[in-house]
Amino acid sequence: MSESTQTTQRAAINDDMEGMEQFNTLPRRIMTVYLPLAVFIFVLLFPFYWMAITAIKPDYQLTNYENYSPFWVIEPTLEHVKFLLFETSYPGWLWNTMLVAFASTFISLAASVFAAYAIERVRFTGARVTGLMIFLAYLVPPSILFIPLAFIVFKVGIFDSRLALILTYPTFLIPFCTWLLMGYFRSIPFELEESALVDGATRWQILTKVILPLAVPGLISAGIFAFTLSWNEFIYALTFISSSENKTVPVGVLTELVRGDIYEWGALMSGALLGSLPVVILYSFFVDYYVSSMTGAVKE
Amino acid sequence: MQARPARSSSILGWLLESRNGLGLLFMLPAAVFLLCFLTYPLGLGVWLGFTDARIGREGIFIGLENYIWLFDDPVFWLSVFNTMLYTVVASVLKFALGLWLALILNQHLPFKTFFRAIILLPWVVPTVLSALAFWWIYDSQFSIISYVLMNLGVINEPINFLGDPTNARASVIAANVWRGIPFVAISLLAGLQTIPQSLNEAAALDGATSWQRFTKITLPLLTPIIAVVMTFSVLFTFTDFQLIYVLTRGGPVNATHLMATLSFQRAIPGGQLGEGAAIAVAMIPFLLAAILFSFFGLQRRKWQQGGGD
Repeated sequence: MSESTQTTQRAAINDDMEGMEQFNTLPRRIMTVYLPLAVFIFVLLFPFYWMAITAIKPDYQLTNYENYSPFWVIEPTLEHVKFLLFETSYPGWLWNTMLVAFASTFISLAASVFAAYAIERVRFTGARVTGLMIFLAYLVPPSILFIPLAFIVFKVGIFDSRLALILTYPTFLIPFCTWLLMGYFRSIPFELEESALVDGATRWQILTKVILPLAVPGLISAGIFAFTLSWNEFIYALTFISSSENKTVPVGVLTELVRGDIYEWGALMSGALLGSLPVVILYSFFVDYYVSSMTGAVKE
Repeated sequence: MQARPARSSSILGWLLESRNGLGLLFMLPAAVFLLCFLTYPLGLGVWLGFTDARIGREGIFIGLENYIWLFDDPVFWLSVFNTMLYTVVASVLKFALGLWLALILNQHLPFKTFFRAIILLPWVVPTVLSALAFWWIYDSQFSIISYVLMNLGVINEPINFLGDPTNARASVIAANVWRGIPFVAISLLAGLQTIPQSLNEAAALDGATSWQRFTKITLPLLTPIIAVVMTFSVLFTFTDFQLIYVLTRGGPVNATHLMATLSFQRAIPGGQLGEGAAIAVAMIPFLLAAILFSFFGLQRRKWQQGGGD
C-alpha cells in the first residue's frame, strides 16, 4: 500500500509533458483537441446556464419562445428569488442543510482522524483487516440501507428531526474520510513520530502536535468532500423527514415547490441555483483539495 | 495536552499505554457509528426482507414469501432489466466519453486547471438540483432541445422526452452520463499523469503510430486505475435513485424503474417495508460482484507497478 507516494513523486518528476506535441500541426490540434473540448464544455455547462437564465426570467418570457429568444433574457428579474426567500420555507431548508452538513462533517472528521491514525500508525492487532472493512463500508450504498435505517430512526424516536440526518450521514462519511486520511498519514515519515516518542511525547501529543499539523491538507480535502457529500444527500433526507420545517434544500425544492401540473419553472430553477451556490463557492476556493480527495479515494 | 493521567486503574493504563488498548480507544467513535448505523442496519435489512414489516409495525417472520412474491412480479423483473440496461449503457458511455475527455485534458493546454475545475461542476452540484434543470430541459412542451431541433427543421413537433418508454430511458441515461463523465474523466486524468512521457517518446521514435501508442502503452498502464474508477462508477450507477426519482419516478409504465426506486416506492409510500427490503437485498449480489471486480483490479495493480507489499 505504499505505491501512492511513489506515484505522486513520479508525477512530480514527470515535467516533460510537452514532449511530442510540437509535431502536431495547428489545424490538426483544432480538430482533435479544441473542438471536442469545446463541445464537452458546452454540454457539461449548458444545464447550469439554462438553470441560471430561467431563474432570472420574468414569467411572461419564460415559455413565450415566439417573441423572446429562449437563450437570452430581457428585463431580468429577482421575483423568483424573492418569492423563494419570503413566501416559502426555503431559508429554513438552507439553514437545515447547512447545519446538518456542518455537524455530520465535523463528527465524521473527528471520528475518522482517530480511526485512521489507529489503523495506520498505532497498528493494533487486526489493523489491516479493519482498514479493509472500512473500505468495504465505503462501498455500501445508501439505497440499500435507507429502509432498515428508517426503521431504526423511527424506533429511536428521532424520526422527522435533523438529528436523524446528523447521525446517519456519518455512515457514508466516516468510511470515506478514514480511507482518505489513512493515505495522508501513510505519507508522513515514521521518523518524525519516532523522534517524538524518544523525546517522551505521548501518543496524544504526537497526534495533535506532529501528525495533525502535517495532515492539514488531508483534513481540508476530506472536510470539503464530506461537506459536499452531505449537502448533496437525498435519499435519507427524503425518507426520514416529513415536516416542511425540517427538510433539506434538495428535498424541500422537489417536494414543496413542485405543485400540481403547472410547474413554476422560475421558482424551481432559482431554488436549484441557490441551493447549488454554497457548494460551488466552497468548491471554487478548494478545487485542488477537492480533486485530490476524489482521485485519492480512487487511487489508494 | 496533559493526556497522561495518574494510573489509578489498570484498565485506563492498558488503554493508554498498550498498542491494542490505544487502538481500541481510537477506533471506538468510528466503530460505534459504523456498527450502529451501518453494520446493524445491513443485517436488519436482510432480516426485514424475511418479514412482513410495515411502517410503524414490526413484522413477523414469513420466510421467503417476499422473494417468492417478487419472483412472480413482472414489475420487479422489469426493474432488474432496467437497472442492468441503465448501468451497462451509462457506464460504457461514461467510460468512453470520460477517457476521451481525460486524453484531451492530458494534452498541453492553456488554462488547463480552469478547464479541469469547471468540468467537475456537474459532479459537485447536488444531483437533485441539476436533475431539476434536466427536467426543465426535457419538458414535453417547452424543451429547449425540441425548440432548437424544430428551428433547424429536424423535427416537426416537440419530442416527448419523458412520456415515451424508449425516450424516457434514453433521457435518464443521458442525464446520468452527463453527471458521471467528470468523475471518470478527472480520475483517469490523474492516472494518465502518472504515465511517463518518455515511454511514449521512445515508442514514437521506434515508429509506433499514435493509435499503437494508445493501445500498447497508455491503456495497459491505465488498466488498474480504470478497473477501480469503473467499479465505483458501476456501483454509483447501479444504486442510483435521485435522478430517476426527480425525472420520472419510474414511469412511464415502469419503463425507468430501477431496483432502488422500486424498493423506495414499495417501502416508503407503499408502506411495505419487508418487500422493499427484499428488493434492496436482491441488489447485494450485484454489488458483491462489482466489489470483487475492484479487488482483482487492485491486485493487478501491485504486480504491474512492481510493488511488493
